[in-house]
Amino acid sequence: MAAAVETPAVAELELSAPWRLRDRAGLAFAWLLGLLFCAIAAAIVIYLLTQGLRYVRPNLFVTHPAVGFSESETGGFLDPLIGTFAVGVMAMAIALPAGVGIGVWLSEYGRPFALARAAESTIEMIAGTPSIVLALFGTLIFQSGALGFLSRTSNGVVFGRSFFAAATMLSFVALPLVVASTREGLQAIPGHVREASYAVGKTRAATTRRILLPTARPSVITGAMLGFGRVIGYTAIIVVLLGSTLRLDAADSTPLLGALRGTGSTLTTYIFQNAPTGEGNQPTKAYAAAFVLLMVVLALNIGAGVAGSRGKAHRWS
Amino acid sequence: MELSPPPVRRLPLEGAPLNGRARRHAPAATFPIERMRVEDVSIAYGPKVAVNGVSLPIRKGEVLALIGPSGCGKTTLLRSLNRLTELTKTATQTGTITLDGTDTARFDPTALRRKVTMVFQQPNPFPMSVFDNIAYVLREQAKRRPRRAELDARVREALAHAGLLAEIEHDLGHPALRLSGGQQQRLCIARALAVKPEVLLLDEPCSALDPQSTQVIEELIVRLREEMAIVIVTHNLQQAHRIADSVAFMYLGELVEYGPAGQVFGAPREQRTRDYISGAFG
Repeated sequence: MAAAVETPAVAELELSAPWRLRDRAGLAFAWLLGLLFCAIAAAIVIYLLTQGLRYVRPNLFVTHPAVGFSESETGGFLDPLIGTFAVGVMAMAIALPAGVGIGVWLSEYGRPFALARAAESTIEMIAGTPSIVLALFGTLIFQSGALGFLSRTSNGVVFGRSFFAAATMLSFVALPLVVASTREGLQAIPGHVREASYAVGKTRAATTRRILLPTARPSVITGAMLGFGRVIGYTAIIVVLLGSTLRLDAADSTPLLGALRGTGSTLTTYIFQNAPTGEGNQPTKAYAAAFVLLMVVLALNIGAGVAGSRGKAHRWS
Repeated sequence: MELSPPPVRRLPLEGAPLNGRARRHAPAATFPIERMRVEDVSIAYGPKVAVNGVSLPIRKGEVLALIGPSGCGKTTLLRSLNRLTELTKTATQTGTITLDGTDTARFDPTALRRKVTMVFQQPNPFPMSVFDNIAYVLREQAKRRPRRAELDARVREALAHAGLLAEIEHDLGHPALRLSGGQQQRLCIARALAVKPEVLLLDEPCSALDPQSTQVIEELIVRLREEMAIVIVTHNLQQAHRIADSVAFMYLGELVEYGPAGQVFGAPREQRTRDYISGAFG
């Protein structure tokens, strides 16, 4: 019985302790910030949702953009939509294999040690580089004569703006995300699973190829989706390296290659152009395009979440 | 209502050593053949010596149990037998380990590990189907060949060998990680048996399992010793007593006593062995 009498006394003492109030205030503040953050995010999505639904018309997706002064003259955003996906796919075609390779090397090999640390900090540095700096560096590279075949050339002057140039520099944007998620996926696999493979005479390469990468696949997919979402949201690199022309403008008449060597635009630069402050000044079109872009990015993020949670299905005891 | 306490498996106390009969019914191996020999082997992790000057024979036809308290070096010794210790960067080894007279250091490690396979403490099937777990081992490195159909017979043979086939024959595509713990461990044993090894190493294979699964695996181990040499590390003295033909007691990296199970458990020569077996420490 003695214990039953003592218990409330202890509880009372804890309730009246001085840190309790400060703790509560801190918790309330954290809650407030969390709710505020949610409210801001919800406001963006809801605002764009209402604006977008008001202005999105099916024919916007299938008409080419045009120069004009009124809503009826300026057409749709077919070309920027194609440009967005072309740039995204091309950038991921570079970033995904490179990122998975770097991730595997850092996680499974990591030798020589100094090189691995250098690679790690390089990737962090790339992740922190302003996109306009990447764009500027891109022009430097792609305007060199040796890479002239990747863009338009006239009278020996290399234009340096093409899908190849933009996608290459955008792949650096996606690379850190792919590397990080690949490493995360590999590091979640317990060491004894690797040992089980070595213990039946498998090499490190065979283990990585047949056991580790398939196990880490959901993480890699998550990284690829997040990377794609990130890539299609960049503006500066597109303005500088894709030319930001209203329509797709092929460099020559070669079917696919000509278009990829040519210039174009993406939804981000289309929004930039048509924003009330932009040259085109067609805000309704800008809202419609922004809505489409947001939906694509949200879908990719949800997809990444689903892929990530599927990866947690198998676990070792 | 009066509740009776659950039955307890007692370790013998001082004065009552483990000298009863082994519980298994399998007859002792007829004629053990020496396959591996550990000769004055010392292994250190950096400055820390884990195994100090151990010499042992490993014979086909018998189960060798390595016993001793935690951190006595028995797992390190086991891992050195198929050169898994090499995966630890800081590990250094002196002395020789031979397999059929050839120094294991002269083997390609992957070739050695197909002759001397290992089963771990935690069941660790690969996150794929039961079939693919075995097929992966049978294929050469990362290749896709031979194809599934060609491997089917060998996969079934390995599963039957480990006594798992009857339970899962109808669905070899079942995800391995959805099997029960005991089944997972038998799958790991099947995986280790698939390459027809000469020596099978087991690192506390039953410590994560329930008593029933443990019994199934112990019977399997005793059955397998006719075909290959078996080395098992165990914390569980009762288990060593049940299945071992030879016992090596290690303490602080040294081999204190090695001999037939009956002698080590029944009449240990060393005081430390007697203390450990009677439960004075451990």
